[in-house]
Amino acid sequence: MTTIDTATETIAAPPGLLRRIIRQRQARIGLAFTGIIVLVAVVGPLLLPWLTGYTSTEFTGRPFQPDGVFGTDNLGRDILSRFLDGGLTLLVFAALATALGMLLGTAAGMLAAYQGGKLDSIIMRGNDVLLALPQLVFALLAITVLGPQGWVVVLVIGITHAPRIARVTRSAASAVITEDFIRASEMYAVPRWKILLKDVLPNITGPLMVELGLRMTYSIAAIASLSFLGLGMQPPTADWGLMINENRIALTLQPWGVILPVLAIAILTVGSNLITDAVARASATVEESK
Amino acid sequence: MPGLILRRLAISAVILLVVSMLVFVATLLLPGDPAQAILGQQATPERLEALREQMNLNDPFAQRYLHWLGGLFVGDFGVSAASGGSVAALLGDRIAASLVLMVAAATISIPVGILVGSYSALRRGKAGDHAATGISLVLAALPDFVIGIALVTLFSTTVFTVLPSVTMAPPGEQVWDYPSQLILPVLTLVLVVMPYIIRMMRTTMIEVLDSGYVEMARLKGVPERQVIWRHALPHAIAPVAQVVAIQLAWLAGGIVVVEFLFRYPGVGQALVDAVTNRDVQVVQALAMLIAAVYVVVNLFADIVGIVTNPKLRTGGIR
Repeated sequence: MTTIDTATETIAAPPGLLRRIIRQRQARIGLAFTGIIVLVAVVGPLLLPWLTGYTSTEFTGRPFQPDGVFGTDNLGRDILSRFLDGGLTLLVFAALATALGMLLGTAAGMLAAYQGGKLDSIIMRGNDVLLALPQLVFALLAITVLGPQGWVVVLVIGITHAPRIARVTRSAASAVITEDFIRASEMYAVPRWKILLKDVLPNITGPLMVELGLRMTYSIAAIASLSFLGLGMQPPTADWGLMINENRIALTLQPWGVILPVLAIAILTVGSNLITDAVARASATVEESK
Repeated sequence: MPGLILRRLAISAVILLVVSMLVFVATLLLPGDPAQAILGQQATPERLEALREQMNLNDPFAQRYLHWLGGLFVGDFGVSAASGGSVAALLGDRIAASLVLMVAAATISIPVGILVGSYSALRRGKAGDHAATGISLVLAALPDFVIGIALVTLFSTTVFTVLPSVTMAPPGEQVWDYPSQLILPVLTLVLVVMPYIIRMMRTTMIEVLDSGYVEMARLKGVPERQVIWRHALPHAIAPVAQVVAIQLAWLAGGIVVVEFLFRYPGVGQALVDAVTNRDVQVVQALAMLIAAVYVVVNLFADIVGIVTNPKLRTGGIR
């Protein structure tokens, strides 16, 4: 690593946070796990024409037959093709939902902490109301009204993440805003948004990164669950959650249609949870050594 | 302290009221006419008008909301658009069936979680602790349906075929008459809920074991068994109560996926069916029911927190 790289790193994050994360064995395992699945999901759709010769919605034979590598699904489509094609939407939707939640939650949390007073209590009481409905029930309510569409799922999962992220951001930010350098910026009449973005945000990256990992894991689980219930991605789209729903009636006959997507989702969520846990430990040790 | 609890109670009531508004407004966003949905396309205008009158659809919005809210208190949840029957009749047995599932999962996961967490803390850094923390880290990451399907493949279809994977009680009989059908759904819920209890119990127990009074007790020569049961465990359990309550509240929403997976005739399955059929009255009633359970359990957790925390106990007197 060059000296320039380390120099920028010390400015961007608490010293050695990334290295503390990578040094942990479980972080490396987690990275390998998520890496494999992300690779399958991203490269899979590109490899389809060469690898199996079928598209993910093409009928190749009779249902639940052992044709091809992993057999056919409930409508006689090639399971391997559908598996390779079914991960990308899940990943993209989960990433979008997490990004939306982080954006809304961080903004609301920082504003609540910095502004205090009336705005603070409005934001936090709004949070309490959103938190009174379990995430899945909130999503189901929205889907009843707006229909099972991709943007509805992303929007509702993002919005239900926001209050949980806002709470963490608020408590982390309220410890920072009493510091002297914030006073100094205020004295120089730095605009409020610039203080939040340049002074507060860089000092709460630790808890936010933990939250990012946690919410990503939950987004994947929530979106896959909705598809599994038949209320997320709609047929004939190839999707891991939906595949499990479609093929679980023939678990004894043709288990691959269920086992492949279940394994993929399991490896993905365990991997991202391992990374999150490592980040949490790393940022906790940074806090202690301060 | 009573003042603090009363305040918390009032906040919960307000939250539930706002949630009920949210849930009710959701129906207004729906395209189409509920009366038309029940009677179908062939209905005559007269019959439509009669049903609209009967369902109070012609009243102003605020009045309809109050009528609906009043109905919730006396157990009148409206009429299901899909079946035409009353929502309350549809849900009666299902609420009991879901409660069986939740109570069974809670009574197994709480004591076992506390025991495994304490064991893990006592054997800190040894093989047993590593196994317990590793397994709970993996289980905490897995979505509930993944755990459920893994159990189904293991115990009922592919590896062993010892347990039923779907719940099928003949009409008129209750699900708890067939205990073997309850094993897999309950086990799934237990495995979803327990990791969080284990992890929290381990953390607080380690903290307590490192504290001054435990060291003092040991130095006095109190037997180790008594140190753990009399000095450490009671102090570690208070913070865990909060996590337990959060997990119990989670169960209210988490049963949805598990019931769907095992075709368990409970509230969750009814909710998924209602969403699929876009049966708004049923979705509304169930969303309110689940939100109420959620809020009440959280309220209970906060009250436990207030009662067990000496700092807050005196807060109301000042």
